[in-house]
Amino acid sequence: MFDSLPEVILRLAWLIPVFPFLAFLIIALWARRDNQLCHILAITAVCFSLVLSQVVFWAAVLKPVGGGEHAWLDSADWIPTGSGSFQASVWIDPLTGVMLFMVPIVCLMIFIYSVGYMNYGTPEQDKRYARFFCYIALFATGMLGLVVSGNLLMLFIFWEVMGLCSYLLIGFWFEKESALKAGLKAFITTRVGDLFFLLGLVALYSAAGSLQFEDVLSPETLVHLSETTINVLGLHLPALPTIAILIFGGTVGKSAQVPLHVWLPDAMEGPTPVSALIHAATMVSAGVYLVARMWPLTLAAASLAPGIVLWIGAITALFGAIIGVFQDDIKRVLAFSTISQLGYMIAALGLGAAATDPALQIGAYVAGVFHLITHAFFKALLFLASGSVIHGMEHGHHHVHSPASPHGHEAHQRFDANDMKNMGGLWKRMPRTFWTFVAGALALSGFPLITAGFWSKDEILAMAYEIKPIIFGILVFAAGLTAFYTARQISMTFLGKPRTKAAEHAPESVHSMTVPLIVLAVFAVSLGWAGIPDELPVIGPLVPNWVHGFVETTIEEHVHLEHHAAAGQLASLAPTAGGSGDAYNWAPLAIGLAFALGGLAVGWFVYARWQPIESADQLDPLERALRKIHMGWLYEFFRRRAMFDELYQKTFIGASIAISRAFAWFDSTIVDGALNGAGWLGRTASDLLNRYVDEAVIDAFFNLVGKVAGIVASANRWFDTTVVNGAVDLTGNATTLAGKRLRRVQSGQVQAYLIVSLVAVVALVAVYLVGTQWLNW
Amino acid sequence: MMVPLEWYLILSAALFCIGAYAVLARRNAIAILMGIELMLNAVNVNLVAFWRHLEPAGATGQAFALFVYVVAAAEAAVGLALIIAIWRSRDTVVLEEVDLLKG
Repeated sequence: MFDSLPEVILRLAWLIPVFPFLAFLIIALWARRDNQLCHILAITAVCFSLVLSQVVFWAAVLKPVGGGEHAWLDSADWIPTGSGSFQASVWIDPLTGVMLFMVPIVCLMIFIYSVGYMNYGTPEQDKRYARFFCYIALFATGMLGLVVSGNLLMLFIFWEVMGLCSYLLIGFWFEKESALKAGLKAFITTRVGDLFFLLGLVALYSAAGSLQFEDVLSPETLVHLSETTINVLGLHLPALPTIAILIFGGTVGKSAQVPLHVWLPDAMEGPTPVSALIHAATMVSAGVYLVARMWPLTLAAASLAPGIVLWIGAITALFGAIIGVFQDDIKRVLAFSTISQLGYMIAALGLGAAATDPALQIGAYVAGVFHLITHAFFKALLFLASGSVIHGMEHGHHHVHSPASPHGHEAHQRFDANDMKNMGGLWKRMPRTFWTFVAGALALSGFPLITAGFWSKDEILAMAYEIKPIIFGILVFAAGLTAFYTARQISMTFLGKPRTKAAEHAPESVHSMTVPLIVLAVFAVSLGWAGIPDELPVIGPLVPNWVHGFVETTIEEHVHLEHHAAAGQLASLAPTAGGSGDAYNWAPLAIGLAFALGGLAVGWFVYARWQPIESADQLDPLERALRKIHMGWLYEFFRRRAMFDELYQKTFIGASIAISRAFAWFDSTIVDGALNGAGWLGRTASDLLNRYVDEAVIDAFFNLVGKVAGIVASANRWFDTTVVNGAVDLTGNATTLAGKRLRRVQSGQVQAYLIVSLVAVVALVAVYLVGTQWLNW
Repeated sequence: MMVPLEWYLILSAALFCIGAYAVLARRNAIAILMGIELMLNAVNVNLVAFWRHLEPAGATGQAFALFVYVVAAAEAAVGLALIIAIWRSRDTVVLEEVDLLKG
């Protein structure tokens, strides 16, 4: 019985994405009219998925599942190809397990929160309420399907399903032009990355002959790939790095890494639950998941691919943190913080692939995955809490400027409920939102010991310190900035005095919004305790490092394979597994802590004590300071997100418009000119021919023929009307006349018929008798 | 001594003519049916008479007479059924009024 448990679990795993998909179908096809039924369906479906996912997760933990050959795999033939078939498969390994732990919980919390956020049952209820739940149910299908997928083809399909949902949900309020454009921008920008991803898949399939994880990530395939080259436009590129980098391109788009990060800040135009679900917790982390999934490939592709992953991650982490400091929109700050944190994860995974020591490889990998999970919880929490704040601000504004009061409508037009300068002092009005936001914010900034973010980020920093000190420098500086803008955000939003009437009257949100906040806050605080490093004195030995022990098995065999290939000996396999066993290195922890606490303290001091913003139209203290030293342009530069949008507008978009114009000119001038010229020539020639040949010669001839034909025709006509028609008419008339006469015979009287037949018989007999008796026939 | 064949034939012809008259002249469908029976029985008389006088060795005439009975019974059953159906649908048994076949 227990031996077959994985099989049962695997069968269940197939069902995980099915429930939200059913909910999507039912809502889309039948249940649209009933708003309550819609959210009940969506939430129930995610509850089912949650239960199944937890079953799978705990089964994976308790009957330890491994990576590679020890993963649980269930597959069935799907699309036949010439030489075999694509498989539909489910793949459960520790990485899948932890994702299955995170995704449904976050989804469920956000679904519940959405009921309140979309104002269910109140006059302001969103007019596309049912459609919202329809879309997020489809999104949940995409994310859960992506996580359990056993091959890259299915993964890619679900990946695109999420991309579609992201587009639909960012542009959910499409009456706003900015929302419409943001949706398009997100879709097109991620498409750039997805193109690379798809190319990577094609290259991988052509080189390895399969897209199943078990085949692609098997040591034999990796060795095979490392000896193969791919022919791109006549260049023979080594297969492994090419494929790894192309697939990483998908991540750059999806996880909003520099330089394709531009869509994520604009994606905040969508409803806040969407920002939390798609653009913080799940979809953007799908990119990181892809890197983690394909990590053996990156590792084998040393050293170019790991370097690219590593540097893009690190640069993104720093870039996002810098821009985050200069934003005033509460959700934009979080968006850039998301970009930055995703950069940390990518950097960690890149560090792992770039390291040479197996323990460090594993350590960095686990740190990246761990941060992925903790970040999903606390960033979802932060977004939902900020959504609660925005919701409160809107209600406060509505309260102050009710439609009855004069000038209410005008003020409504200008008011920005997302602008932190309009807030202040909200902690009194919204205590639950405040405390949960603080829990999330402290996790984000890495407040020591009690928050999840501290443990995961600290692990990344520690690994960076060991592997590449310069990356450590970048990341730790970014961590300081993270803490700074977090403190700024808390100070501007919740502390001080209310700066607008709306903030004065903002009510606390309803329970369906605050309860998910509290649940997520519990996770944001406690989840880190599952991954406390064993080497840490005092606390480390008390709690086993569950995360490390579980997740490391995903890649263990790859790491050792690489290690032994490098070392050229197979004997010393065992001792290197697990921790390095060295004395705990305090330096990275101390430096990281100093930066985190320092950032928090400075932010709090500047924005809450020293130079608090007193009114909504006052300049930011940072801007004031920079202006004093004539550096105001620098503030503006970063506030406008380092001008990336303008740069892309000028370069890529401008270039494509210029190329289009050039083609349009070519089309209208050269091509159309040639066509017009040909047309003119033809017309002139035909005019001449018409005048001198057609009219003069041919027409005359034809007129003659016509006249002759006319005479013949009239003769014909006479013959026709007189003879032919006469004959036809005669036939017809005769028939009619005969019918009229004969009709009388058919009287319907049976007895009349009988008399006729009797008379006929008598007559025949008479003829016969006369003939035979007297005429001698 | 046997009754001469001619008497039978005269009887049969008379019977046939009475039947034919009934069929042609009566208005009531039932009477027409009865006329048909008379005509059939006139045939039977002929058959039996010819058998007795010309071929007394075989049983052909009797056998044919029996067949005619069977046919007559069947015809009477079908005919009465038709008449009942007509009466139900058109409320009459007068054949002159039943002229569905009128062209």
